[in-house]
Amino acid sequence: MRLSNLLKGESAIIDSFNDEVIKQKLLEMGCLPGETITVDRFAPFGCPIAIRLNGSTLGIRFDEAEAIVVKPIL
Amino acid sequence: MSSFDSSNSASLKRYVKVALAGNPNSGKSSLFNVLTGLNQKVANFPGVTVEKKTGRCKFYNSNTGAPTSFEIIDLPGTYSLYPKSPDERIPFEVLCDPLNESHPDIVIVLVDATNLKRSLFLASQIIDLKIPCVLALNMMDLMKKQMMTVKLEELERRLGVRTVSINARNEEGIEELKQVLLSSVPVPINDVFETTSLAPKLLGGLSVALALQSDYTALQIAHHMDAIDSFHFTVEQKKIALECLRQNPIDLDKLKSFETLERYKVIQEILLHAVSKGEQTKKNTASQIIDKFLMHPFWGNVIFLFILFLIFQAIFTLAEFPMNFIDQTFTNISDFFRENLPAGVLNDLLVNGVLAGVGGIVIFIPQIAILFLFIAILEDTGYMARVSFLMDKLMRKFGLNGRSVIPLISGSACAVPAILSTRTIGSWRERLITIFVTPLMSCSARLPVYTLLIALVVPQKMLFGFIGLQGVVMMSLYLIGFLAALASAALFKNFIKQKEKAYFIMEIPVYRMPRWKNIIYSIVEKVRIFLFDAGKIIIAISIVLWFLSSRGPGNTFDTLEKQAMELSLQGNTENPQLYSIQSKMLEASYAGKLGHLIEPAIRPLGFDWKIGIALVTSFAAREVFVGTMSTIYSVGQNDSDTKTVKEKMRSEINLETGEPRYNAAVGWSLMLFYAFAMQCMSTMAVVRRETGSWKWPLIQFAYMSALAWISSFLAFQLLS
Repeated sequence: MRLSNLLKGESAIIDSFNDEVIKQKLLEMGCLPGETITVDRFAPFGCPIAIRLNGSTLGIRFDEAEAIVVKPIL
Repeated sequence: MSSFDSSNSASLKRYVKVALAGNPNSGKSSLFNVLTGLNQKVANFPGVTVEKKTGRCKFYNSNTGAPTSFEIIDLPGTYSLYPKSPDERIPFEVLCDPLNESHPDIVIVLVDATNLKRSLFLASQIIDLKIPCVLALNMMDLMKKQMMTVKLEELERRLGVRTVSINARNEEGIEELKQVLLSSVPVPINDVFETTSLAPKLLGGLSVALALQSDYTALQIAHHMDAIDSFHFTVEQKKIALECLRQNPIDLDKLKSFETLERYKVIQEILLHAVSKGEQTKKNTASQIIDKFLMHPFWGNVIFLFILFLIFQAIFTLAEFPMNFIDQTFTNISDFFRENLPAGVLNDLLVNGVLAGVGGIVIFIPQIAILFLFIAILEDTGYMARVSFLMDKLMRKFGLNGRSVIPLISGSACAVPAILSTRTIGSWRERLITIFVTPLMSCSARLPVYTLLIALVVPQKMLFGFIGLQGVVMMSLYLIGFLAALASAALFKNFIKQKEKAYFIMEIPVYRMPRWKNIIYSIVEKVRIFLFDAGKIIIAISIVLWFLSSRGPGNTFDTLEKQAMELSLQGNTENPQLYSIQSKMLEASYAGKLGHLIEPAIRPLGFDWKIGIALVTSFAAREVFVGTMSTIYSVGQNDSDTKTVKEKMRSEINLETGEPRYNAAVGWSLMLFYAFAMQCMSTMAVVRRETGSWKWPLIQFAYMSALAWISSFLAFQLLS
């Protein structure tokens, strides 16, 4: 499952990334495997997406959300 | 050299260089302002146009009272030493190049207590560079609200650097920070992340060849070998370094993400021991509640448009009074000099050249200051980040970026600072397109041109009894500029290749009250850029214009001047003959000749040689238009010169048709020409600096000139 599949308000756990460049940028911003990530809201027409993790909010584009592989919270 | 000399010069001239590093939104500029006050200087880092803010200050040792001078350098905010955009390159270059002119003696790393993990990531990278380092823990008050506490000693022990808790807003802990800077700050001993064993040969080799402080510095340089030319090593050193990398190849990308993950592991471990979490409250924060409205997919946009509307209304109404005041003051000063200095060439140059030029610049300051006041408030509160978020998708359709919204809005005050603010756009393609179309936004220099022409050709009617027609036309000119910018972007994006993958990752900070001190500093800075960067050029042009219109080729001009002198010596200044001579003088001057020269090219737009003079003179700065018009028509008319420019232009007759020269067709043609033409030297200079070559400003100039000519042509032909 990708982060881009989540609906507004849903949460999941970051598993891995499928794009090396985006991976590095997201890692530096604190998007680490194992962190819980929540979809906060969508901009008009569904992009960008505001995500919440670690108490801070990030805006990322749909393409970046596609690069984040997530797994459901157990 | 005697010991007396060296100690003396050390205490007089030596500044301890301190660099401020930290994440964006960590309160870096607040701390910078608290430490330096208004004693700051904005320049550019050499070779690039990233603003370099430095400030000098003196701190006193609390025990001995001995002063030490510091030079504080504010580095652009970044999340990591690995750069993602042009401004993020600076912290890396300054900190990793020991010979960089800004390389600090001490680094203060600002750590946002509400986002410890991410702040400590950058801090850990900087610690490993082995530059004397202090951590300043900011926003502890917010952290306490989240029921969390940090054990400072534990953090200090595990990271091996001095840590001070500060509050940049109310200046708590600042004195302690100063005392730490005054004590000898040690070089960090332990690595947070051990680098050497990853590639001992490569890192060791680089460290020795380049005389680096640490192996991590060597790793950073290995990552940025492509940029080695901006470093201050000798050619020989660079050669050895490249050879060393060639002999010891490693997978740097893999290493980068390995390093990042490892660092976060260490930080996680440190936080486990140094931070105690209380009961976390689950309820929505104030920011989330506000965002329900301001970031609503529909109402969010409506609110944004409404805010823009309010800002533009405010600019026009609030700036009116100070602008009239400045106008009046300059008229008084000019009159004073004209009457009290001996008449002659120098008097004429001072009053009609220099003072007219300076007045023409200063008059824009109220509008620029007010617009940047609003932009600074929107940025400082965190609202601008949300606007970028809301607009990204729309902007991307035009090849732009959500972050392009800020330059486009700033462009309606002045394109120069607006183009500087594109630095935050990470993708080169989106940044270039933003730079390309920003000058199409109607800046405040076009305002006096619009004002004059609207008053001439648009009747003072009311629509539906309450909306002024002239105001509507003014609004529509701004709208035309904006639409032209979007359309040009959409056109332009087809011609620029994508160099790298575009991305958009931006933090959406929590809402904060604006920090008025920062806002005032930011306005002062923007006005300074406008006054000195643009001002120099405008004054130069005014002087050249003065020269061109008061001198002429051949004898014709001199003969006319002699006649005029004789007439005025007779004391006959109201003589109609004198005016007709002055009118002929203008036509015989260099400016007049130039006007005639370009007349064939502008005739299809409905312009005559007099307007031609104005086009020539406003080639470098469009606001010169009004001044030129008043010069041209004040010397060519039979009436006394108490008339305003507007009245003089209104009574100008087109000799071919016998009707007023400035009818609707010519008025619209002129307004559109000024809306689209690139008549600004400062903008072209800044585009050159930002893009690194004359190629882009020249393309921009050609494109905008063509756009201006074609739309003026269409307007004139359709309306007449």
